[in-house]
Amino acid sequence: MLATIAFYVLAVIAVISAFAVISARNPVHSVLFLILTFFTAAGLFVLLGAEFLAMLLVIVYVGAVAVLFLFVVMMLDVDFVELKQGFLSYMPIGAIVALALLFELGLVASAAISADGAPIAIAPAQPGGVTNAEAIGQVLYTDYLLVFQMAGLVLFVAMIGAIVLTLRHRPGVRKQNIAAQVGRKRSEGVELKDIRPGQGLG
Amino acid sequence: MTPNMDYVPLITLPIEWEWTIMKLGQILGISVLLLISLAFLLLFDRKVWAAVQLRKGPNVVGPFGLLQSFADFFKFVFKEIVIPAGANKTVFILAPLITFVLAFTGWAAVPFANGVVIADLNVGILYLFAISSLGVYGIIMGGWASNSKYPFLGGLRSAAQMVSYEVSIGFIIITVLLLVGSLNLTTIVDAQRDGIWMWHGFRIFNFAEFPANILVGVVMFAMLVMFFISALAETNRPPFDLPEAESELVAGYQVEYSSTPYLLFMIGEYLNIVLMCAMVNLLFLGGWHAPWGPVDNPWLGFLIFYVKIWIQFFLFAMVKAIVPRYRYDQLMRIGWKIFLPTSLAAVVAMGAYVTFLAPTATAVAGAQ
Repeated sequence: MLATIAFYVLAVIAVISAFAVISARNPVHSVLFLILTFFTAAGLFVLLGAEFLAMLLVIVYVGAVAVLFLFVVMMLDVDFVELKQGFLSYMPIGAIVALALLFELGLVASAAISADGAPIAIAPAQPGGVTNAEAIGQVLYTDYLLVFQMAGLVLFVAMIGAIVLTLRHRPGVRKQNIAAQVGRKRSEGVELKDIRPGQGLG
Repeated sequence: MTPNMDYVPLITLPIEWEWTIMKLGQILGISVLLLISLAFLLLFDRKVWAAVQLRKGPNVVGPFGLLQSFADFFKFVFKEIVIPAGANKTVFILAPLITFVLAFTGWAAVPFANGVVIADLNVGILYLFAISSLGVYGIIMGGWASNSKYPFLGGLRSAAQMVSYEVSIGFIIITVLLLVGSLNLTTIVDAQRDGIWMWHGFRIFNFAEFPANILVGVVMFAMLVMFFISALAETNRPPFDLPEAESELVAGYQVEYSSTPYLLFMIGEYLNIVLMCAMVNLLFLGGWHAPWGPVDNPWLGFLIFYVKIWIQFFLFAMVKAIVPRYRYDQLMRIGWKIFLPTSLAAVVAMGAYVTFLAPTATAVAGAQ
């Protein structure tokens, strides 16, 4: 009963906020709705009993990725009129992408549900008493180790690529040398002079 | 007296509703307790700060100024809410609410004593981490919605700072998880039940497994210190309070806030600090267990937990009083160039310990 109510509330919020992501006029509002969508999706994961995935979704997407989205979008100076003019010219491409996604979703759904409407279990259910963090760990680090490592490698390459693209060594930029700052001694920085009255340093 | 079998209750509630009402009662109780404690923690913070500077601090309202926080509360609540004309109204109002609500949400998974917890989640520590990483939204939204330069700069600083320190906090949490082999907070605390030598911060005193205790002890004590410093940065406390550095940004993201919304920001911020104290406590300092042995009585356990939180809050207050503020580049340098590699190395070291050196009990739990 409670779970049903929770499901419908979360599902409605998720659908509405997902729609608001593309319909909101202000890009910052779009990102905020996107965050809400992620968050409600995490709630749906919890209802499905996948609390580990839910927490990962919140930590990785909401807590880190979306913060950077928001960070970038807030700093953009967006011209709304120009944005709307471009809408029609991008429409066909957007439609093609949407159709392709719909087709793929249909494929996945038809693979997951058999002809009589019963869902097909893709992964075997875990035996009782194993929490789902352990269950994921046992599958991820054994059967799918290679895929897992390759995903890590791809992300690593992307990260290095981003650094290489943005790293410029400009000449003449003054940088701090922390080791030199910390390694300074009193004898190098302070000099005591004995000054006679009325003579000055001369 | 034998139970009366004819007894018919006035209202029969389905078991789910009874459970819901019981949980709501617990939530209400803990929230009220937190708010009242917070009033005195705020005063304590100011008193410690004053004592370090040889001042008296608030001492007018009530005996020793004990009612100062309540007076401040009424002052804030009865002031007028000012919303800047250029502000994005919805987001402007939403930001302090998010900070406030999230600060309370985290406490749902915190076990206060043996069995005293609202939701004993399997992934409790991840939940706490997730909620504390959401805290940045209140600040960045408030900074943006104010539509003004200082708040915006404060919001950006805070976003970069909190995202940076989350990374090292994550790795530090992983070292503890490796030692315990569970994500459940109650299990994490119970792994430290035997006494101070089993607390993760002080494993060096566990001479029973010499010489491995030196490795674990040194690494985990370093992790305790790093977690504490990262917690300072994550909660925007001095010396890392650059998002609200008054000498550069007036008051950072809070510049345009007044009255109740400001109060919500402040309560949220302090509750997050207390939540961080609780996290240090659960992960490294034995939770509700006493230094000399296990405590299974919920009341005594609660008292010990409470006292430990106050001691850690005292440390937070002392740091605020005696450490000068960092420069922003120094803050980023510590986070990315020192804390990240060190905590990563600690994860490797603890992984090696659990796999090769640990006594069988932990090794089995860790290997699963």
